[in-house]
Amino acid sequence: MAREAQSEQIQRQIKLPFGEAVRISFQSLKIRFGRSIITTSGILLGIAFFVSVMVNSQITMTMKEAMGQDAIDVFASEQETTEGVSAQEIWLVTMSLIVCVVGIANAMLMAVTERFREIGTMKCLGALDRFVVELFLLESGFQGLAGAVVGALLGTLFTVLFNLKNYGLDLFWNFPLWQTLAIIGVACIIGMLLAVIGAAGPAYQAAKMPPAEAMRVEV
Amino acid sequence: MADLTVKTEGVIKEYRMGNNVLQALKGIDIEIERGEYISLMGPSGSGKTTLFNMIGALDRATAGKVYIDGQDMSRLDQHQVAWLRCNKIGYIFQSFNLLPVMTALENVTLPMIFAGLSVKERNEKGAKLLERVGLGERLHHKPDELSGGQRQRVAIARALANGPSIILADEPTGNLDMKTGHDIINLLKEMNRENNVTVISATHDLKMIDVSDRIIYIRDGLVERIRSRDEIDMRVGAIH
Repeated sequence: MAREAQSEQIQRQIKLPFGEAVRISFQSLKIRFGRSIITTSGILLGIAFFVSVMVNSQITMTMKEAMGQDAIDVFASEQETTEGVSAQEIWLVTMSLIVCVVGIANAMLMAVTERFREIGTMKCLGALDRFVVELFLLESGFQGLAGAVVGALLGTLFTVLFNLKNYGLDLFWNFPLWQTLAIIGVACIIGMLLAVIGAAGPAYQAAKMPPAEAMRVEV
Repeated sequence: MADLTVKTEGVIKEYRMGNNVLQALKGIDIEIERGEYISLMGPSGSGKTTLFNMIGALDRATAGKVYIDGQDMSRLDQHQVAWLRCNKIGYIFQSFNLLPVMTALENVTLPMIFAGLSVKERNEKGAKLLERVGLGERLHHKPDELSGGQRQRVAIARALANGPSIILADEPTGNLDMKTGHDIINLLKEMNRENNVTVISATHDLKMIDVSDRIIYIRDGLVERIRSRDEIDMRVGAIH
């Protein structure tokens, strides 16, 4: 009986339309532009490295096929393995991406900590824990995507320039365009995922704090 | 049941600090009726703010019960608490707590987004509220472009966004000068009369006494005494 009366008065429907969430998180990125750039550049470098290694090995492979055995002899000293990316390169790329996640987690930890008061306020106004997490993940997702896109393009550009020196204009006739585009696409997704993974912990922790506690924190 | 907006029964709040347990509230029983203007007074460390947090569903009591509009808060789940904060309670803080990245209008309309209003509805309503608190010209200013008094006005407009039954104000005049503080107190009183919204304000500010219906004195986590307006007027009269 009491339970029924309760459900009449107290409802549970609280909303945050996706469009609004995107707008809010975009806005807070814009306002802290300097900080965002630093976080973003971390991802940018990691992804640029990843892309350049991948594209480089793709180009080497394609060129070998195109130019025949001569090419392999010429470049054998530089490129130890003949098949795809070497184990050492995978190791390097993985390490660089891990460093990347740690950097993002650190940056997000800072960003979240300095905004405890804001998070508390949002919750006072009726935000669910989920909204807070959503806003922070969107924010870091944007950063990840932006960093990854720029990083992937820069990485590709440098690798192409570098290989142009080795292969000359032949490179363009045999350029592995689709493979490169695929690598760029994968890199963008990885960059975004890394950023979101880095942000998830701090965001979740902040979101589940009671608002009173969040606002008591002096930073 | 009388029309009680807030009722607390033996509210106890303990904070754990290392091995020590600090009891901030030691069993608070108060009843507040709809439309009352209440001041919570007491020295710092007396538990005012803790009580404020309990009434505002910002923190959970260790023991005891808090009822808002007859609802036992300890029985609400996360979604219901969020709904309550969004629709039933408006908060005003000493340090304003506006979101710095948003304009005055966006700050006021944020709770309306949560309540599910359309863009058009909330912009109209938000502009009207800001006009009502005297900021009709400053809808698109960011908090750092506003004075302390203006920021607190934005906060008051935001507190009223979804037509709450309670406004909770924690030292609303604490960061303001005399004159601005007075204006804010009067504005709160006007809102209290116009909308029949219960105002509960934790304060040190003696200016608050003039407009309060009752004053609840808190000391060492207990209600020391409750004075109604008439009693205070009499006392002041006797002194003069």
